[in-house]
Amino acid sequence: MALQAIAFYLLSAVTIAAGLGVVSARNPVHSVLLLILAFFSAAGLFVLMGAEFLAMLLVVVYVGAVAVLFLFVVMMLDVDFTSLRQGFARYMPLGAAVAGVLAFEMVAVSAVIANRGQAADSTGPMASAPDVANAETIGRVLYTDYVYFFQAAGLVLLVAMIGAIVLTLRHKPGVKRQVIADQVARTPATGMRVVSVKPGEGIQE
Amino acid sequence: MIIGLAHYLAVAAILFTIGVFGIFVNRKNIIVILMSVELILLAVNINFVAFSSYLHNVIGQVFAMFILTVAAAEAAVGLAILVTFFRNRGDIAVDDASVMKG
Repeated sequence: MALQAIAFYLLSAVTIAAGLGVVSARNPVHSVLLLILAFFSAAGLFVLMGAEFLAMLLVVVYVGAVAVLFLFVVMMLDVDFTSLRQGFARYMPLGAAVAGVLAFEMVAVSAVIANRGQAADSTGPMASAPDVANAETIGRVLYTDYVYFFQAAGLVLLVAMIGAIVLTLRHKPGVKRQVIADQVARTPATGMRVVSVKPGEGIQE
Repeated sequence: MIIGLAHYLAVAAILFTIGVFGIFVNRKNIIVILMSVELILLAVNINFVAFSSYLHNVIGQVFAMFILTVAAAEAAVGLAILVTFFRNRGDIAVDDASVMKG
């Protein structure tokens, strides 16, 4: 039990420290790398709660895809990031005040919720059905009761993919491209003409 | 020392607050704003998984998976909009992004 407590405090401290780093780092590349660290430690917290499948999903989807996408965009855009930090000190007091009140309220509410009702009777973390792996527990619910929502999630991803492609695709003017349809639509009538050449004159355009 | 539900809820609350704070202080830098939104969604996911685990109800984890899906879609479309915005303006300062002319 003590080992579990040490792991919890270590992982949550790293998560929160990395989160603070994300919002306060000067260099956005450092922000992205700290975001990856935050997600990784949060995945550790998920494992601690027994939700192994979601932990691995977090590592694969976030660290492997979303964070790398952020990294690509940050490195691809040639932006002067120092000018974007103007106003950091100006908004700091208001932001800290709002954040402090919000944190106090949320911690107070969650302390109350966690100590009454069903949550107070909890016998400890158990993310899976007895004698069944975590992924199988989720699969049994996801592919039966929630199958339409699962399909809708796939549709959301498809629309996001098409949307991202449509938004970023551009055709530069002045660049020659192969248009297959035009090539296929060519006929002998458009592709060549018969000229009768008189001797000694050649072809005059 | 037993780690209870309240511990996880406190971590999630602090992480959520950090995300809100990040949106406040980085008003001009839309990349960091998007990352703060990701932090907020991560805090929400920690809440869902904690309740799911401590109340022995797997539906919370299923919902967290859907949140993960929507967050990934949101990041992809948000970054695509950002790239288009940068191409049109040569800058990503969003505090004067009120010029929405076509």
